[in-house]
Amino acid sequence: MTALLEARHVTKVFGGGRFAKAPGTVALDDFSFRVDAEPPTITAIVGESGSGKTTLARLLLGLAAPTSGEVLYRGQDVQRLSGDERRRFLRDVQVIFQDPYEVYNPFYKVDHVLETPIKKFRLAPSREKARQLMEETLNAVGLRPDETLGRHPHQLSGGQRQRIMVARALLLQPRLIIADEPVSMVDASLRATILESLRQLHLKFGISILYITHDLTTAYQISQNILVMYRGEVAEVGDVDLVVKQPRHPYTQLLVQSIPKADPNHPWHGHEIPVDPSAPVAAVTHGCKFADRCPYVMDISRQQRPPLFRTDERRAAACFLYKESPQLEGTDLEQVMAVPLVPGV
Amino acid sequence: MSSPSHHPITLTPSHPVTLPPRHTHHVLEVRDLVVHYHTTRGAVQAVNGVSFDIREGERLGLVGESGSGKSTIALALLRLIRPPGRIESGEMLLEGVDLLSLYEEEMRRVRLAKIALVAQGAMNSLNPVLRVKEQIRDGLKDHGIQLSPRALADRVAELLNSVGLRRDVANMFPHELSGGMKQRVCIAIAISLRPKLIIADEPTSALDVVVQRQVMDTLLAVQEDLGASIILIGHDMGLMAQVVDRVGIMYAGNLAEVSPVSDLFRAPLHPYSNLLIASLPSLEEKGAFQGIPGLPPSLLNRPTGCAFRTRCPHAMEHCAVVTPHLREVEPERRVSCHLYENEWSRESA
Ligand SMILES: Nc1ncnc2c1ncn2[C@@H]1O[C@H](COP(=O)(O)OP(=O)(O)OP(=O)(O)O)[C@@H](O)[C@H]1O
Ligand SMILES: Nc1ncnc2c1ncn2[C@@H]1O[C@H](COP(=O)(O)OP(=O)(O)OP(=O)(O)O)[C@@H](O)[C@H]1O
Ligand code: SF4
Ligand SMILES: [Mg+2]
Ligand SMILES: [Mg+2]
Repeated sequence: MTALLEARHVTKVFGGGRFAKAPGTVALDDFSFRVDAEPPTITAIVGESGSGKTTLARLLLGLAAPTSGEVLYRGQDVQRLSGDERRRFLRDVQVIFQDPYEVYNPFYKVDHVLETPIKKFRLAPSREKARQLMEETLNAVGLRPDETLGRHPHQLSGGQRQRIMVARALLLQPRLIIADEPVSMVDASLRATILESLRQLHLKFGISILYITHDLTTAYQISQNILVMYRGEVAEVGDVDLVVKQPRHPYTQLLVQSIPKADPNHPWHGHEIPVDPSAPVAAVTHGCKFADRCPYVMDISRQQRPPLFRTDERRAAACFLYKESPQLEGTDLEQVMAVPLVPGV
Repeated sequence: MSSPSHHPITLTPSHPVTLPPRHTHHVLEVRDLVVHYHTTRGAVQAVNGVSFDIREGERLGLVGESGSGKSTIALALLRLIRPPGRIESGEMLLEGVDLLSLYEEEMRRVRLAKIALVAQGAMNSLNPVLRVKEQIRDGLKDHGIQLSPRALADRVAELLNSVGLRRDVANMFPHELSGGMKQRVCIAIAISLRPKLIIADEPTSALDVVVQRQVMDTLLAVQEDLGASIILIGHDMGLMAQVVDRVGIMYAGNLAEVSPVSDLFRAPLHPYSNLLIASLPSLEEKGAFQGIPGLPPSLLNRPTGCAFRTRCPHAMEHCAVVTPHLREVEPERRVSCHLYENEWSRESA
């Protein structure tokens, strides 16, 4: 079956090149990942700051071209879609960006952000209906239309701006929503409300969601699958219950331990071997990229890049601690993905 | 005024506020602060009479609803509110001196030297064409501190070191740094004049939990080293539980509750605090994941009575009529809710 959206052996390097003084940053390293149209899924993508999550999102959206490898929408290169295909793509795949400061044009009012897609995709037959649709969507993300419409982006709080982007994605009801940190700046209650509205979209309309986040707790709550990234590669992937509850990769273990618990009597774990935060990132050419921070580092970790080992039916980890387990090809991640909550709609 | 050392600049207001500091154990006292944004549709009452204080060396958390006025308070404390926003009334006493009574020139010296802000989204607003050392230099220069290239290099290296960054980061541009590194640079700039009060507005919400931990450790270590107090603004209740001493919970421009962190998590007083904590997702059970139903009130036309009443499970008739005020109901604990006022009828009379 053709995937809705697929990255095949994608590598993205920033900078570097023949005439550059410094080596480039490898943001994604031979990365493969696919989202099928059916059945719909919610997959969380977590990982270090700078591990390539936003880069992946931008490549999937066709906003940047890979250095090597390809990104395909229904089998076609996203960089070369024909007019009709492109129109369909723009409707099928919606994005909620990480940094809402960047996306807004400060000269336009908030209304513009919502009106444009309504007009472009003819979502409402009349001005009144368009207005009604905008109001309903704003309500769904906890915003008051009378206090939001007519304002410029800088007149809203950080969390309010972020929610406009969620509202825009809700409006279009696409096949796939790529949500890059959609709720990082809102309070816990709203976070729950917004994520729940995304989950409802998934359940009711069979929309798939890629939820990029630093918040493992909400990732655990709303997704079926999780993909943990480390320096442009997959560290661990599979069923969210397995990965979050019994992490296998030492980086995932560190990540889970570092979550600050909402309980003042519970100590904050996650201390690690101190690493130099300014150590150059592009240095590792062979061996495991986590080796310099790993408490379990072995000789082999310094010599070879660990492949994915399938430690469980529905989980794989890129770590030599599990070298007895069968290997999983990087292009076959869907084999360890959990069974979807909803059958195809 | 120029001083080659990094010792704090003393605050010497030139007009009649040279009274001896009132409560020396309080670094900052905020009294009835009101901030409005004047829009074409009317005044947005973003901060509506907020009072709190912060003690020497204390870590105060400020949490609450998105849009409830937290960043506005941070900007007001530095007098950086821009039109159409305006500080309407109130007092902000820093070591006994009302910041609102200072001339702009004096206030400029207070910024960074006395109060430093790590603004929301600060790491994205580093100047992309300046190297790290130039960004630090500019901060010092704004305060009349001119250093020789040698002395500047040493000062920059020392500052970078105190936030766990290598010396050669000084020569890098923002795009060459990871998010965690950029956030450390912002902290380095913030502490460059050894302030008494550091305000950090969501300093780690864009970082992964491992880096968050490193950045927080850095921030708290320099805070202790300086003997400074800190106001930490954020949405991460886990982070609050782990690092602050007291928490103020904001709702619709007011403080709903101020309590020591352990009391707050053990037994929240305000119904909003209670529901907010109840809405925290956990890794223990799945599916228990729900926000507080309803919308916050309009800040343009504030309803009468309690701002939380339309969403409050305990709302009484009285709550629609009389606005509750923040008052001490237990030692060290203040709450703004009629459930804790047994004498309300007298107050409303
Ligand atoms: N336009 C660019 N030019 C140069 N380097 C870039 C660019 N965009 C990203 N990078 C680098 O690529 C790497 C991956 O960045 P990316 O933004 O994808 O990370 P991320 O996982 O989204 O991080 P975060 O969790 O902090 O959002 C980083 O080292 C980053 O500095
Ligand atoms: N320039 C402005 N003009 C009009 N209203 C504004 C302006 N800036 C902020 N506001 C409003 O003031 C209120 C408080 O905003 P503020 O940024 O202080 O909230 P916050 O508590 O920091 O929220 P968040 O947690 O989302 O960052 C919001 O309702 C916002 O819409
Ligand atoms: S004052 Fe009334 S409405 Fe407000 S929080 Fe208390 S009980 Fe609820
Ligand atoms: Mg990102
Ligand atoms: Mg804010």
